[in-house]
Amino acid sequence: MPDPRTISVSVWRGAAAGRFVSYDVPLNANQTVLDTVTWIQRHREPGLAYRFACRVGMCGSCAMTVNGTPRWTCRTHVNRVLRDGGLQVAPLRNLPVIRDLAVDMTAFFDKMARARGAFRPAADPPADFAVVAPASRERRAADAGIECIGCAVCHAACDVVAWNPDYLGPAALNRAWTLVNDVRDAGTAERLAAVAGDAGCHACHVQQGCVQHCPKHLNPTASIAGLKRAVARAAIKGEL
Amino acid sequence: MSARAETWLWIAQRASAGVLALAVVVHLGTVIAAVRGGLTAAEITARLSGHTGWLVFYLVFVAAAAVHAPLGIRAVLAEWTPLGRRGSAIASAILAAALLALGARAALALYLGPH
Repeated sequence: MPDPRTISVSVWRGAAAGRFVSYDVPLNANQTVLDTVTWIQRHREPGLAYRFACRVGMCGSCAMTVNGTPRWTCRTHVNRVLRDGGLQVAPLRNLPVIRDLAVDMTAFFDKMARARGAFRPAADPPADFAVVAPASRERRAADAGIECIGCAVCHAACDVVAWNPDYLGPAALNRAWTLVNDVRDAGTAERLAAVAGDAGCHACHVQQGCVQHCPKHLNPTASIAGLKRAVARAAIKGEL
Repeated sequence: MSARAETWLWIAQRASAGVLALAVVVHLGTVIAAVRGGLTAAEITARLSGHTGWLVFYLVFVAAAAVHAPLGIRAVLAEWTPLGRRGSAIASAILAAALLALGARAALALYLGPH
Protein backbone atom coordinates (compact mmCIF):
# COMPACT_ATOMS: atom_id res chain seq x y z
CA MET A 1 0.00 0.00 0.00
CA PRO A 2 1.41 3.45 -0.86
CA ASP A 3 2.57 5.57 2.03
CA PRO A 4 -0.13 8.23 2.62
CA ARG A 5 2.57 10.67 3.69
CA THR A 6 4.24 10.59 0.29
CA ILE A 7 3.15 11.34 -3.25
CA SER A 8 4.47 9.89 -6.47
CA VAL A 9 5.93 12.61 -8.70
CA SER A 10 6.67 11.53 -12.24
CA VAL A 11 9.24 13.84 -13.83
CA TRP A 12 10.41 14.11 -17.43
CA ARG A 13 14.09 13.22 -17.81
CA GLY A 14 15.94 13.85 -21.05
CA ALA A 15 15.45 16.29 -23.91
CA ALA A 16 13.04 15.83 -26.84
CA ALA A 17 13.63 12.10 -26.41
CA GLY A 18 13.39 10.93 -22.84
CA ARG A 19 11.08 9.27 -20.33
CA PHE A 20 9.17 9.92 -17.14
CA VAL A 21 10.88 8.82 -13.91
CA SER A 22 8.83 8.48 -10.72
CA TYR A 23 9.98 9.62 -7.28
CA ASP A 24 8.27 9.29 -3.91
CA VAL A 25 8.21 12.74 -2.35
CA PRO A 26 7.17 13.51 1.26
CA LEU A 27 3.82 15.26 1.40
CA ASN A 28 3.78 18.53 3.37
CA ALA A 29 1.13 21.08 4.17
CA ASN A 30 0.93 23.96 1.66
CA GLN A 31 3.50 22.29 -0.56
CA THR A 32 3.81 23.61 -4.09
CA VAL A 33 4.63 21.66 -7.23
CA LEU A 34 7.93 23.55 -7.36
CA ASP A 35 8.66 22.36 -3.80
CA THR A 36 8.35 18.73 -4.91
CA VAL A 37 10.69 19.28 -7.87
CA THR A 38 13.21 21.01 -5.59
CA TRP A 39 12.95 18.13 -3.09
CA ILE A 40 13.70 15.62 -5.85
CA GLN A 41 16.75 17.60 -6.97
CA ARG A 42 18.08 18.00 -3.44
CA HIS A 43 17.44 14.47 -2.21
CA ARG A 44 17.20 12.11 -5.18
CA GLU A 45 18.48 13.55 -8.45
CA PRO A 46 21.12 16.29 -8.14
CA GLY A 47 21.41 16.47 -11.93
CA LEU A 48 17.72 17.34 -12.46
CA ALA A 49 17.45 20.47 -14.62
CA TYR A 50 14.64 22.93 -13.91
CA ARG A 51 14.28 26.66 -13.66
CA PHE A 52 12.97 28.99 -10.98
CA ALA A 53 13.92 32.29 -9.34
CA CYS A 54 11.48 34.25 -7.19
CA ARG A 55 9.16 31.47 -5.91
CA VAL A 56 6.40 34.04 -5.39
CA GLY A 57 4.79 34.33 -8.83
CA MET A 58 6.66 37.37 -10.07
CA CYS A 59 9.48 36.22 -12.31
CA GLY A 60 7.78 33.79 -14.67
CA SER A 61 10.64 31.27 -14.61
CA CYS A 62 9.08 28.13 -13.19
CA ALA A 63 6.29 27.26 -15.61
CA MET A 64 5.97 23.54 -16.33
CA THR A 65 3.33 21.12 -17.54
CA VAL A 66 1.64 19.64 -14.49
CA ASN A 67 -0.68 16.69 -15.16
CA GLY A 68 -0.91 17.82 -18.76
CA THR A 69 -1.72 21.46 -17.96
CA PRO A 70 0.71 24.40 -18.21
CA ARG A 71 1.05 26.09 -14.82
CA TRP A 72 3.29 28.32 -12.72
CA THR A 73 4.63 25.70 -10.35
CA CYS A 74 5.65 28.05 -7.51
CA ARG A 75 2.05 29.13 -6.93
CA THR A 76 0.38 25.81 -7.61
CA HIS A 77 -0.38 23.88 -4.44
CA VAL A 78 0.07 20.14 -4.75
CA ASN A 79 -3.26 19.37 -3.10
CA ARG A 80 -5.06 21.39 -5.79
CA VAL A 81 -3.67 19.38 -8.70
CA LEU A 82 -3.02 15.95 -7.21
CA ARG A 83 -4.45 13.19 -9.40
CA ASP A 84 -4.72 9.62 -8.10
CA GLY A 85 -2.19 10.44 -5.40
CA GLY A 86 0.43 11.63 -7.87
CA LEU A 87 1.74 14.32 -10.15
CA GLN A 88 3.22 14.25 -13.60
CA VAL A 89 5.62 17.12 -14.27
CA ALA A 90 6.84 17.77 -17.81
CA PRO A 91 8.52 20.68 -19.59
CA LEU A 92 6.37 23.36 -21.25
CA ARG A 93 4.86 22.55 -24.64
CA ASN A 94 5.73 24.46 -27.86
CA LEU A 95 9.34 25.24 -26.88
CA PRO A 96 12.40 23.02 -27.38
CA VAL A 97 13.44 21.08 -24.29
CA ILE A 98 17.03 21.73 -23.22
CA ARG A 99 17.04 19.07 -20.54
CA ASP A 100 14.48 17.61 -18.13
CA LEU A 101 12.10 20.45 -17.13
CA ALA A 102 14.06 23.34 -18.63
CA VAL A 103 12.93 24.62 -22.04
CA ASP A 104 14.76 26.99 -24.36
CA MET A 105 12.82 30.27 -24.08
CA THR A 106 14.72 31.99 -26.92
CA ALA A 107 11.91 31.68 -29.47
CA PHE A 108 9.39 32.97 -26.93
CA PHE A 109 11.37 36.13 -26.16
CA ASP A 110 12.34 36.61 -29.81
CA LYS A 111 8.63 36.77 -30.56
CA MET A 112 8.25 39.58 -28.01
CA ALA A 113 10.91 41.49 -29.97
CA ARG A 114 9.33 40.63 -33.35
CA ALA A 115 5.99 41.99 -32.08
CA ARG A 116 7.82 45.26 -31.24
CA GLY A 117 7.31 44.59 -27.57
CA ALA A 118 9.77 47.28 -26.47
CA PHE A 119 8.64 50.80 -25.66
CA ARG A 120 9.70 53.27 -28.35
CA PRO A 121 10.07 56.86 -27.22
CA ALA A 122 9.29 59.73 -29.58
CA ALA A 123 12.22 61.17 -31.52
CA ASP A 124 11.94 64.52 -29.72
CA PRO A 125 11.95 64.25 -25.95
CA PRO A 126 8.70 65.66 -24.56
CA ALA A 127 8.97 68.96 -22.73
CA ASP A 128 7.04 67.67 -19.75
CA PHE A 129 5.77 64.47 -18.18
CA ALA A 130 3.02 62.77 -20.16
CA VAL A 131 -0.27 62.98 -18.29
CA VAL A 132 -2.11 59.68 -18.57
CA ALA A 133 -5.56 59.68 -17.03
CA PRO A 134 -6.04 56.36 -15.20
CA ALA A 135 -9.67 56.20 -16.35
CA SER A 136 -8.90 56.83 -20.03
CA ARG A 137 -9.84 54.08 -22.48
CA GLU A 138 -6.23 53.55 -23.55
CA ARG A 139 -4.90 53.34 -20.01
CA ARG A 140 -7.57 50.85 -18.96
CA ALA A 141 -6.79 48.68 -22.00
CA ALA A 142 -3.07 48.77 -21.20
CA ASP A 143 -3.73 48.05 -17.51
CA ALA A 144 -5.76 44.97 -18.42
CA GLY A 145 -2.74 43.31 -20.04
CA ILE A 146 0.23 44.88 -18.30
CA GLU A 147 0.73 42.34 -15.48
CA CYS A 148 2.18 39.66 -17.79
CA ILE A 149 5.18 37.98 -16.15
CA GLY A 150 6.44 36.31 -19.35
CA CYS A 151 6.05 32.78 -18.03
CA ALA A 152 5.08 31.30 -21.45
CA VAL A 153 2.15 29.36 -19.99
CA CYS A 154 -0.15 30.90 -22.64
CA HIS A 155 2.37 30.10 -25.39
CA ALA A 156 2.36 26.47 -24.22
CA ALA A 157 -1.43 26.38 -23.99
CA CYS A 158 -1.98 27.77 -27.51
CA ASP A 159 -2.85 25.22 -30.21
CA VAL A 160 -2.20 27.78 -32.95
CA VAL A 161 1.44 28.01 -31.80
CA ALA A 162 1.59 24.21 -31.98
CA TRP A 163 0.26 24.24 -35.55
CA ASN A 164 2.24 27.28 -36.70
CA PRO A 165 5.51 27.70 -34.76
CA ASP A 166 6.02 31.12 -36.40
CA TYR A 167 2.85 32.48 -34.79
CA LEU A 168 3.82 35.26 -32.38
CA GLY A 169 1.57 33.82 -29.69
CA PRO A 170 -0.61 35.30 -26.96
CA ALA A 171 2.11 36.81 -24.74
CA ALA A 172 3.91 38.76 -27.47
CA LEU A 173 0.64 40.03 -28.95
CA ASN A 174 -0.68 40.97 -25.52
CA ARG A 175 2.52 42.92 -24.91
CA ALA A 176 2.13 44.69 -28.28
CA TRP A 177 -1.46 45.63 -27.37
CA THR A 178 -0.37 47.25 -24.09
CA LEU A 179 2.08 49.42 -26.05
CA VAL A 180 -0.48 50.29 -28.75
CA ASN A 181 -2.44 51.76 -25.84
CA ASP A 182 0.54 53.60 -24.37
CA VAL A 183 0.01 57.20 -25.44
CA ARG A 184 3.72 57.97 -24.93
CA ASP A 185 4.88 55.30 -27.37
CA ALA A 186 5.86 56.37 -30.90
CA GLY A 187 6.24 52.95 -32.51
CA THR A 188 2.64 51.94 -33.10
CA ALA A 189 2.56 52.14 -36.93
CA GLU A 190 5.55 49.84 -37.14
CA ARG A 191 4.13 47.62 -34.39
CA LEU A 192 0.77 47.18 -36.12
CA ALA A 193 2.56 46.13 -39.32
CA ALA A 194 4.66 43.67 -37.28
CA VAL A 195 1.69 42.01 -35.57
CA ALA A 196 -0.58 41.78 -38.64
CA GLY A 197 -0.60 38.75 -40.89
CA ASP A 198 -0.83 34.98 -40.73
CA ALA A 199 1.92 34.68 -38.11
CA GLY A 200 0.41 37.52 -36.09
CA CYS A 201 -2.95 38.52 -34.69
CA HIS A 202 -4.89 37.21 -37.69
CA ALA A 203 -3.80 33.65 -36.91
CA CYS A 204 -5.68 33.63 -33.58
CA HIS A 205 -8.76 31.38 -33.61
CA VAL A 206 -10.14 32.79 -30.34
CA GLN A 207 -9.97 29.36 -28.68
CA GLN A 208 -8.93 31.14 -25.46
CA GLY A 209 -6.54 28.49 -24.17
CA CYS A 210 -4.37 31.44 -23.11
CA VAL A 211 -7.24 32.97 -21.14
CA GLN A 212 -8.01 29.70 -19.41
CA HIS A 213 -4.41 29.03 -18.35
CA CYS A 214 -2.89 32.48 -17.70
CA PRO A 215 -1.82 32.38 -14.03
CA LYS A 216 -2.29 36.16 -13.81
CA HIS A 217 -5.85 35.86 -15.14
CA LEU A 218 -5.11 38.12 -18.09
CA ASN A 219 -7.10 37.95 -21.31
CA PRO A 220 -4.63 37.80 -24.21
CA THR A 221 -7.48 36.85 -26.57
CA ALA A 222 -9.13 40.21 -25.91
CA SER A 223 -5.78 41.93 -26.53
CA ILE A 224 -5.43 40.09 -29.85
CA ALA A 225 -8.99 41.09 -30.80
CA GLY A 226 -8.02 44.69 -30.01
CA LEU A 227 -5.00 44.38 -32.29
CA LYS A 228 -7.18 42.99 -35.09
CA ARG A 229 -9.42 46.06 -34.82
CA ALA A 230 -6.48 48.47 -34.64
CA VAL A 231 -4.77 46.82 -37.61
CA ALA A 232 -8.02 46.91 -39.64
CA ARG A 233 -8.47 50.63 -38.88
CA ALA A 234 -4.87 51.29 -39.96
CA ALA A 235 -5.41 49.33 -43.20
CA ILE A 236 -8.61 51.24 -44.01
CA LYS A 237 -6.82 54.55 -43.41
CA GLY A 238 -3.95 53.37 -45.65
CA GLU A 239 -1.48 53.50 -42.75
CA LEU A 240 -0.50 49.82 -42.67
CA MET B 1 1.22 36.86 -47.83
CA SER B 2 1.89 40.45 -46.79
CA ALA B 3 0.51 41.84 -43.56
CA ARG B 4 -1.58 44.32 -45.52
CA ALA B 5 -3.10 41.61 -47.75
CA GLU B 6 -3.84 39.40 -44.73
CA THR B 7 -5.50 42.33 -43.01
CA TRP B 8 -7.74 43.01 -46.01
CA LEU B 9 -8.68 39.33 -46.18
CA TRP B 10 -9.60 39.51 -42.48
CA ILE B 11 -11.73 42.60 -43.13
CA ALA B 12 -13.36 40.78 -46.09
CA GLN B 13 -14.13 37.77 -43.89
CA ARG B 14 -15.66 39.92 -41.14
CA ALA B 15 -17.65 42.05 -43.59
CA SER B 16 -18.95 38.96 -45.43
CA ALA B 17 -19.89 37.47 -42.03
CA GLY B 18 -22.05 40.54 -41.39
CA VAL B 19 -23.78 40.12 -44.76
CA LEU B 20 -24.25 36.39 -44.14
CA ALA B 21 -25.80 37.00 -40.72
CA LEU B 22 -28.56 39.09 -42.33
CA ALA B 23 -28.87 36.90 -45.42
CA VAL B 24 -29.20 33.68 -43.41
CA VAL B 25 -31.96 35.23 -41.27
CA VAL B 26 -33.89 36.26 -44.40
CA HIS B 27 -33.25 32.89 -46.05
CA LEU B 28 -34.34 30.84 -43.01
CA GLY B 29 -37.36 33.08 -42.47
CA THR B 30 -38.38 32.52 -46.07
CA VAL B 31 -37.85 28.76 -45.77
CA ILE B 32 -39.96 28.57 -42.60
CA ALA B 33 -42.71 30.65 -44.19
CA ALA B 34 -42.53 28.74 -47.48
CA VAL B 35 -42.75 25.20 -46.09
CA ARG B 36 -45.95 25.94 -44.15
CA GLY B 37 -47.97 25.02 -47.22
CA GLY B 38 -45.67 22.19 -48.25
CA LEU B 39 -42.53 22.65 -50.29
CA THR B 40 -42.74 22.23 -54.05
CA ALA B 41 -40.44 23.15 -56.92
CA ALA B 42 -43.32 24.94 -58.60
CA GLU B 43 -43.85 27.14 -55.55
CA ILE B 44 -40.15 28.05 -55.37
CA THR B 45 -39.90 28.97 -59.03
CA ALA B 46 -43.15 30.94 -58.78
CA ARG B 47 -41.68 32.98 -55.93
CA LEU B 48 -38.28 33.62 -57.49
CA SER B 49 -38.81 33.56 -61.23
CA GLY B 50 -38.63 37.04 -62.73
CA HIS B 51 -38.19 38.78 -59.33
CA THR B 52 -35.11 41.00 -59.59
CA GLY B 53 -35.14 41.71 -55.83
CA TRP B 54 -34.75 38.01 -54.99
CA LEU B 55 -32.08 37.63 -57.68
CA VAL B 56 -30.02 40.47 -56.20
CA PHE B 57 -30.54 39.08 -52.69
CA TYR B 58 -29.36 35.60 -53.65
CA LEU B 59 -26.41 36.90 -55.69
CA VAL B 60 -25.25 38.94 -52.69
CA PHE B 61 -25.78 35.89 -50.46
CA VAL B 62 -23.74 33.73 -52.85
CA ALA B 63 -20.95 36.33 -53.10
CA ALA B 64 -20.74 36.63 -49.30
CA ALA B 65 -20.59 32.85 -48.90
CA ALA B 66 -17.97 32.58 -51.66
CA VAL B 67 -15.79 35.12 -49.81
CA HIS B 68 -16.39 33.94 -46.26
CA ALA B 69 -16.18 30.15 -46.37
CA PRO B 70 -12.97 29.77 -48.41
CA LEU B 71 -11.12 32.18 -46.09
CA GLY B 72 -11.96 29.96 -43.13
CA ILE B 73 -11.13 26.80 -45.07
CA ARG B 74 -7.81 28.36 -46.08
CA ALA B 75 -6.72 28.69 -42.44
CA VAL B 76 -7.82 25.14 -41.64
CA LEU B 77 -5.98 23.73 -44.66
CA ALA B 78 -2.80 25.68 -43.85
CA GLU B 79 -2.75 24.46 -40.25
CA TRP B 80 -4.01 20.90 -40.58
CA THR B 81 -2.85 19.67 -43.98
CA PRO B 82 0.53 19.46 -45.72
CA LEU B 83 -0.66 21.88 -48.46
CA GLY B 84 1.26 24.82 -46.98
CA ARG B 85 0.18 28.47 -47.12
CA ARG B 86 0.44 28.84 -50.87
CA GLY B 87 -1.26 25.54 -51.64
CA SER B 88 -4.06 26.34 -49.18
CA ALA B 89 -4.56 29.75 -50.76
CA ILE B 90 -4.81 28.20 -54.23
CA ALA B 91 -7.22 25.48 -53.07
CA SER B 92 -9.37 28.11 -51.34
CA ALA B 93 -9.40 30.34 -54.42
CA ILE B 94 -10.65 27.36 -56.46
CA LEU B 95 -13.33 26.73 -53.83
CA ALA B 96 -14.32 30.42 -53.94
CA ALA B 97 -14.64 30.34 -57.73
CA ALA B 98 -16.70 27.13 -57.58
CA LEU B 99 -19.05 28.50 -54.90
CA LEU B 100 -19.51 31.71 -56.85
CA ALA B 101 -20.12 29.95 -60.18
CA LEU B 102 -22.47 27.27 -58.82
CA GLY B 103 -24.36 29.70 -56.58
CA ALA B 104 -24.76 32.33 -59.29
CA ARG B 105 -25.89 29.64 -61.74
CA ALA B 106 -28.55 28.43 -59.28
CA ALA B 107 -29.78 31.98 -58.54
CA LEU B 108 -29.91 32.85 -62.23
CA ALA B 109 -31.67 29.59 -63.12
CA LEU B 110 -34.41 30.29 -60.56
CA TYR B 111 -34.72 33.89 -61.75
CA LEU B 112 -35.04 32.87 -65.40
CA GLY B 113 -37.55 30.17 -64.52
CA PRO B 114 -38.19 26.73 -65.98
CA HIS B 115 -38.38 27.94 -69.61
